[in-house]
Amino acid sequence: MEPGEAVATGMYYLSGPVIGTGVAVLLTLAIYSFLYADNPVYKFAEHLFVGVSAAYGVAITYHMAVLPLIIDPLFRPQNTPSGQPQYWVIIPALLGLMMFSRFFRRYDWMSRWPIAFMMGIGAGLAIPATVQTSLLPHLYSTMQPLAPMAEGRLDLLTGIDNLLLLVGVVCVLIYFYFSLEHKGVFGVASRVGIWFLMIAFGAGFGNTVMARISLLIGRVQFLRFDVPEIFFPPSP
Amino acid sequence: MEDTGTRSFVERLLQLDRRWIFLGIALAVVVPFLVPGFKMRSGVVSPRTQSIYDTINGLPAQSVVMFAFDYGPASIPEMQPMAVALCKHAMSRDLRVIGVAIHPQGPLLGGQALREAAEEYGKQDGVDYVNLGYKPGGAAAIKGIGTNIYKVFPTDLSGRNSATLAVMQGVRTYDNIDFIVALSSTPAPFSWIAFAHEAYGAKMGVGVTAVMATDFYPYLQTDQIVGLINGLKGAAEYEDLIRHPSYGMLGMSAQSVAHLWIILTVIIGNIAFFMWRARTRG
Repeated sequence: MEPGEAVATGMYYLSGPVIGTGVAVLLTLAIYSFLYADNPVYKFAEHLFVGVSAAYGVAITYHMAVLPLIIDPLFRPQNTPSGQPQYWVIIPALLGLMMFSRFFRRYDWMSRWPIAFMMGIGAGLAIPATVQTSLLPHLYSTMQPLAPMAEGRLDLLTGIDNLLLLVGVVCVLIYFYFSLEHKGVFGVASRVGIWFLMIAFGAGFGNTVMARISLLIGRVQFLRFDVPEIFFPPSP
Repeated sequence: MEDTGTRSFVERLLQLDRRWIFLGIALAVVVPFLVPGFKMRSGVVSPRTQSIYDTINGLPAQSVVMFAFDYGPASIPEMQPMAVALCKHAMSRDLRVIGVAIHPQGPLLGGQALREAAEEYGKQDGVDYVNLGYKPGGAAAIKGIGTNIYKVFPTDLSGRNSATLAVMQGVRTYDNIDFIVALSSTPAPFSWIAFAHEAYGAKMGVGVTAVMATDFYPYLQTDQIVGLINGLKGAAEYEDLIRHPSYGMLGMSAQSVAHLWIILTVIIGNIAFFMWRARTRG
């Protein structure tokens, strides 16, 4: 049956996209109903979301990780580029299965092995990476000249910029230094540090507002543009 | 009497049912979409977005760009317009595009962005672009691409042998990838910066949700990333740059009206608070 014909006979309104979009509209309104007051419809939508998300995560992980990384190399090697069974994947697969021992009190000690393995790998990767990526480059970029020269002349604006950076870093560090009482010059520097922190939090809050409003805009765009397109397709 | 009346007004303002503010935000977002032709000026393109655009624009045809789609459906309104605009720009420049993900829900959304751009520019899956799918392991997977991408992604999302695909010819490590953009609603770009840029010198840009953007400004200052696309505003800027207005630009008018409403409520709230404090102290 052609799409136009389906619309004419009404069968179109029983198709997956229409039903799916209808469910999405109802769930969107159910979630936003919380803004008026907590209610059972919101609770239902919230629980449904948690359940569906968990199930979706399991399905995606099975299809994109378990199948190609464990099942195929062991039992369906013809699906892998090498075409040969790779028995070494039994080791990580076993480590992964040992995680599930947490569900059985008698055997939950087994889960410590994969956790220890993951912590070791994680720390080994993260510690040097953090020093190399964040700590050292950001330390270097904090050490800027206070009287920078550009084309043989003093670049005053960049100098002010660098001075602000220096004052900000030193004062915020003083704010977080708790071995000395925050009074006198130390106290003044600490209060200046608070101002720098407040400005940073303000920038963060402004971005957070933008992000949250964007989510609402996404839902409104869905209701305003996508829903009419699905519910009222062009006539045949 | 007048004093009591003013005070009670201030107190009423401070105890205003917050649902009125929600209603104001709802109207601020909905009305711009209902008024035909309503458009607020979207503002200038930030140098951070411009820099990513210039980098992609400056690559010769058939260069290889990699887009990491590390986000899920919850951040579609901010991330998807960004992903679509980047894919369209890369394909319009005849670049080869490789999509990867270390977020399990990324490949499906990334695939949509790649297909939408490919349909517009007549590009072919496997020849001009490929979606290599999801790889668990996060940092380890990113690091693995530095030695051999085919060990990390032996097959693409459709199960084809990655090494045999035309789009992958000559690509083996980060040395063969001209530019990477990590698109994410998670902390994944930190791993991309650490293990692709710092460890292997890959040239990188980042596109994130606005709530995360401030975390990445230090990396701009240190030149570890060439640019940063910041949430819906960044997406709108990129759509503006490639002259393809879509959901990003469409949403920015509502965004501006909502921001005006929030600024107004913050100002009114502060005035009311200081008036109340002055009266209670006085």
